[in-house]
Amino acid sequence: MAGSGSGKTMRITLRVWRQAGPSAPGRLETYDVPEVSPDMSFLEMLDVLNERLAAAGQEPVAFDHDCREGICGSCGVMINGVAHGPRKATTTCQLHMRSFGDGDVITVEPWRATPFPVIRDLVVDRSAFDRIIAAGGYVSVATGNAPDANAIPIPKSDADRAMDAAQCIGCGACVAACPNASASLFTAAKVAHLGVLPQGQPERYRRVLHMADQMDIEGFGACTLFGECQEACPKSISIDHITRMNRDYFWASVQPPVAEASAGAI
Amino acid sequence: MDLNARIPSGPLDQKWDRHRFELKLVNPANKRKHRVIVVGTGLAGASAAASLAELGYRVSCFCFQDSPRRAHSIAAQGGINAAKNYQNDGDSVWRLFYDTIKGGDFRAREANVYRLAQLSVRIIDQCVAQGVPFAREYGGLLANRSFGGAQVSRTFYARGQTGQQLLLGAYQALEKEIRRGGVTMHPRTEMLDLVVVDGRARGIVARDLVTGAITSHVADAVVLATGGYGNVFYLSTNAKGSNVTATWRAHRRGAAFANPCFTQIHPTCIPQSGDYQSKLTLMSESLRNDGRVWVPKRPGDTRRPEEIPEDERDYYLERKYPSFGNLAPRDIASRAAKEVCDEGRGVGPGGLGVYLDFAAAIGRLGEKTIAERYGNLFEMYQRITDENPYRTPMRIYPAVHYTMGGLWVDYNLMSTIPGLHVLGEANFSDHGANRLGASALMQGLADGYFIIPVTIGDYLATQPLAPVGTDHPEFRRAEDEVRARIGSLMAGKGRRTADSFHRELGRIMWEECGMARRAEGLREAIGRIAALREEFWRDINVPGSADTLNQALEKAGRVADFLELGELMCRDALQREESCGGHFRVEHQTPDGEARRDDARFCHVSAWEWVGEGQPQRLHQEPLVFENVQLATRSYK
Repeated sequence: MAGSGSGKTMRITLRVWRQAGPSAPGRLETYDVPEVSPDMSFLEMLDVLNERLAAAGQEPVAFDHDCREGICGSCGVMINGVAHGPRKATTTCQLHMRSFGDGDVITVEPWRATPFPVIRDLVVDRSAFDRIIAAGGYVSVATGNAPDANAIPIPKSDADRAMDAAQCIGCGACVAACPNASASLFTAAKVAHLGVLPQGQPERYRRVLHMADQMDIEGFGACTLFGECQEACPKSISIDHITRMNRDYFWASVQPPVAEASAGAI
Repeated sequence: MDLNARIPSGPLDQKWDRHRFELKLVNPANKRKHRVIVVGTGLAGASAAASLAELGYRVSCFCFQDSPRRAHSIAAQGGINAAKNYQNDGDSVWRLFYDTIKGGDFRAREANVYRLAQLSVRIIDQCVAQGVPFAREYGGLLANRSFGGAQVSRTFYARGQTGQQLLLGAYQALEKEIRRGGVTMHPRTEMLDLVVVDGRARGIVARDLVTGAITSHVADAVVLATGGYGNVFYLSTNAKGSNVTATWRAHRRGAAFANPCFTQIHPTCIPQSGDYQSKLTLMSESLRNDGRVWVPKRPGDTRRPEEIPEDERDYYLERKYPSFGNLAPRDIASRAAKEVCDEGRGVGPGGLGVYLDFAAAIGRLGEKTIAERYGNLFEMYQRITDENPYRTPMRIYPAVHYTMGGLWVDYNLMSTIPGLHVLGEANFSDHGANRLGASALMQGLADGYFIIPVTIGDYLATQPLAPVGTDHPEFRRAEDEVRARIGSLMAGKGRRTADSFHRELGRIMWEECGMARRAEGLREAIGRIAALREEFWRDINVPGSADTLNQALEKAGRVADFLELGELMCRDALQREESCGGHFRVEHQTPDGEARRDDARFCHVSAWEWVGEGQPQRLHQEPLVFENVQLATRSYK
């Protein structure tokens, strides 16, 4: 099948972080990738590189990826120092090579953050995010307990706000972009998603305490509102949610028993 | 082979209630004595693992991704059906049941599908209670939209990310149970074999994808929720990691594989743009609510779409299927697209595309409303194609999306291996020969939240299970076989990558076992796949080591299994000498090109039994009995 573009191709020079294992030293290796189509996704360009490496008897570059449609959150690398690359609100898999020019040199590195140790090449361990959710990022409703779905009307604006926050794909770009390696945007998105819904009220304050404490335990830095996370977020999640989280955390910390009892009153 | 579906007796609408009463229970204090393995953390797996742990079972849960939240259910866009009848438009459990049976072209079990429709209403309740932010009306109540194959609005949705929101609900429930200690989670761990002891599923052998360690895991029951096998076509809308290995390995251990040729080709995907293409991207079926599908009337018309006047356009779905129009079911819409492209009226590169046009809807409702409904889909389209669908029609083409076939299960979702249960897309049970839109999410969650927690108890309560350990000879044997297989993949000093074999297999499957199948092509494909498989083992090259993260090795193992499955799919398609749903045999069509079923000969499930290496699987049949609906020729005209 013919390409839909004009048929012209580009030559790209890649400088890719190679690291054999968690404790092995890493280094940037340079590769030449000729004949890159502008219609390729960034990951398809890495596929082409990997096919060439394998054919030459070398080990392919390891990188996480799965859905390749911007929703699973598996992929994500620093591209010329920017999380997910130059296009705003775009995951690495949805970034296309037409965002680059013929002859460009592109540096590709893994997320850099202490709580995200490198496993190999561009693959990092983001299990800290799962543990933050496990600390309280849910509504404790066991299967079978639910009332009729329309029993509690929810204003459309609240549902929309919850959805804005709930769109987070857990890719980790916010952490990678933050000078403090803070996980505040990730955590706040979940606190806000559940915190604006009536179903989330009973556990609202205990949730924010436990999740925020888990962030510290994992070694993420503090939020000093640089705002880099919002810029890097492929789902454009707003740092307003962090303000909300901080407010809930404050109330939960100063008056834990009252806060627990007066859920929803603030 | 025992293919007794164990359908409960009694009237259709009482079967599930009666069955639940008749099932044996495990008392609460005894539940913690049972370990259950759940493989896969999509909607079916995550909901099952969480629900089983809530009941008190000890659960070990596995996924190959780095987090359970990344399973491919996350990518489902459009919505989830439920017979709530909130819209007062005549919906009911019976109608959802009937639409699903008819949509599946009468190749699914009545009792399973009825139960699915019954449970649909509780799924929505459960998800709302978890905080799933479904779309709402200004009055605060839940919104609905319509989907293909239905004339009522029963689809619940969260923008174009319904699968994501439902999966996050199930994932959060799972994380809650992980924290509580009810579930032990094994991410980045891939099941490579099933272990059967004394005829019962007792565990799995898995590979730690980071360290390469091969480990055994023992349980009293095993639940596979590992998704479908659409990636046998190489290009599909599935995630790159989606694979058949877990179910295929179980098949080789004795689980019958049912209706493998029943695959769904989704009509609205972004056309391929080049040979380097790694996957195809779906554009949600919900777009067909407001988009009109057309091609130029004249073959070879190269004008831009905006330059083609109304009377020179063929809105072929509206023309051929006036009562359903652009909302004709997926199999019918896909075949119609192929037909007009075969006539030389396709658009875009290679003529493999049709227009999905929103101009009329934008004119009627305004750009703002359309953006609210589909904004994220339009953005995704523009990002991939560099074209603005608010200004120019989308180009779409069918792509492999879902597999209705899968491991055979009875009414309790148990396979032909006692103790091995199969949920969600991995089983074959509810969608017949074609799945309706917004029904996959419904089935995955019905299986995981509401069916398996009940039926697995009956199995555990009635089976005397001798204690076994990982030192049991069957575990040792399975581990040895897994190591040997990895050894042969690594030992290959060939020249070709797994991807190159996968692409070649995909081309054969798409050409011969895709939207139109004919006997001669299928016979040829069987030979070509067998030859390709031989070449694979002769000429595969897997770089690196088996003791580290090695994505090439993971890929090679999965492709090896696809190379076996592909042949079985072609054989299944060859023996089913009728057209039904997504299975279209060119030899069996009506004069106006519609599918022609043969109920006298093929009103049954085809279930294939593995009989040994190098031998063709043996075919068994489970007759399908229709007591409540009349077998009719499906018509959407």
